[in-house]
Amino acid sequence: MSGWLVILASAVLIAGLLVAAGVFTWVERRLLGFLQERLGPNRVGPFGFLQWVADTVKLLTKEDAPPEGADVIAFRLAPALAALPILAGFGVVAFGDGLAIAPLDMGVVFATAMLALTVYALVLGAWASRNRYALLGGLRAAAQMIAYEAFLGLSLMGVVLIAGSFAMADIVAAQKGAWFILVQPLGAVLFFIASLAAAHRLPFDLQESETDLVAGFMTEYSGMSFALFFLGEYVAILLVSALAVTLFLGGWLGPWLPGPVWFGLKVGAVALLFIWVRAALPRPRYDQLIAFAWKLALPLALLNLLLTGWVVVA
Amino acid sequence: MIGTLKSLWAVGLKLFAPTQTQGYPEVKPALAPRYRGRIILSRDPDGQERCVACNLCAVVCPVDCIEVVKAETVEGRWYPETFRINFARCIFCGLCEEACPTAAIQLTPDFELADYARSSLVYDKPDLLIAGKGKYPGYRYWDVAGKTAPPNTDPKDLAP
Ligand code: SF4
Ligand code: SF4
Repeated sequence: MSGWLVILASAVLIAGLLVAAGVFTWVERRLLGFLQERLGPNRVGPFGFLQWVADTVKLLTKEDAPPEGADVIAFRLAPALAALPILAGFGVVAFGDGLAIAPLDMGVVFATAMLALTVYALVLGAWASRNRYALLGGLRAAAQMIAYEAFLGLSLMGVVLIAGSFAMADIVAAQKGAWFILVQPLGAVLFFIASLAAAHRLPFDLQESETDLVAGFMTEYSGMSFALFFLGEYVAILLVSALAVTLFLGGWLGPWLPGPVWFGLKVGAVALLFIWVRAALPRPRYDQLIAFAWKLALPLALLNLLLTGWVVVA
Repeated sequence: MIGTLKSLWAVGLKLFAPTQTQGYPEVKPALAPRYRGRIILSRDPDGQERCVACNLCAVVCPVDCIEVVKAETVEGRWYPETFRINFARCIFCGLCEEACPTAAIQLTPDFELADYARSSLVYDKPDLLIAGKGKYPGYRYWDVAGKTAPPNTDPKDLAP
């Protein structure tokens, strides 16, 4: 693609993602409502659909002041860092056959790296806030990211081994016969669990668990800075859903409908799964969370990789 | 592991369960007559003001939001010249209603008191006094007050 086309496509993609994240917050609130025998927001617009617009306007007009004693530059930088890498990570996602802004050879690695970068935003924001709760949240975020990023990468290595490529398009193309979720069920489950943690979603949102840390690393944030963290989190859900679809659910492959439609539908379905998990599962204790990652998930991911490697080579 | 899947399943089923939400402004809630909402001053069966300006309600009020100023008629009967309740402070505890010897002050099941200015939450006597008898239709304080009750009467029977 030529330079201008890439810039145009990126702008369209970013705008689309912002809207998608907004709509996703509405979908989440409504679905959570129904899962809890409530209605959820249903006042603004038809079925409350414009709720996310109202929320955005509200957040934009709210006061957004750094707390006293805060490191103002870092405090301002952190929210931007939370959203930007995730948006960049979408650059390598293949939405359809040949439909990617930057079809990198190392696409999967790039996307997971961008996911991992968000932890800097959390830690930086926590540190800059000069708040005990925020700092505790930041510490948790760092430890959790290390623990879960390790087996996030390993759980998808099986797929990479079978497809023989890190490029998203190649991985999807390798699933023409069977989706990798059938070939790599253990890898898929582990990847899903790790992606919950990578997107800081309940039940793995200990860095902001409001029951014991007020709001964790976000305690001091309000207005648009808060919105950026929020945006980062919701776009991250979409990114890990897109990764899950690409790696395990056959990407854009599907009968009758055009590829991008299939891709969108699958990403939506996986994102709904995230909401469902949020509604059903309680938050684990912090030591349980870390112990699960290092003592159970990581060995399982290694075992999966070992078996896959053995099968591929043999 | 099994427990996790079970709870996922159970919560997933809730998607098809009826919701408990009441669509409030359209669907009004059914409130009991004893619900503690907006306060009124009621009248006797013969149309007289029940309140005798004894100030008991103002004394018992935990947030001090009632102001009563006494006046006297030519026959020597007391009545409130001013009766003012600040609903911005009232906590709707209902103690004033319990303290009132004449059943004049009563809480009603109307809770839609929201307003744009605090000053409009101060209700004066014309805002409080209603034309009817409120919750105790037949009750007239002077029929039971200052009289010797027949022997073996349960004092509760004398209450409104
Ligand atoms: S309900 Fe309670 S707070 Fe309100 S006026 Fe009566 S005594 Fe005072
Ligand atoms: S409302 Fe009842 S308690 Fe209050 S001053 Fe009047 S008679 Fe006394």
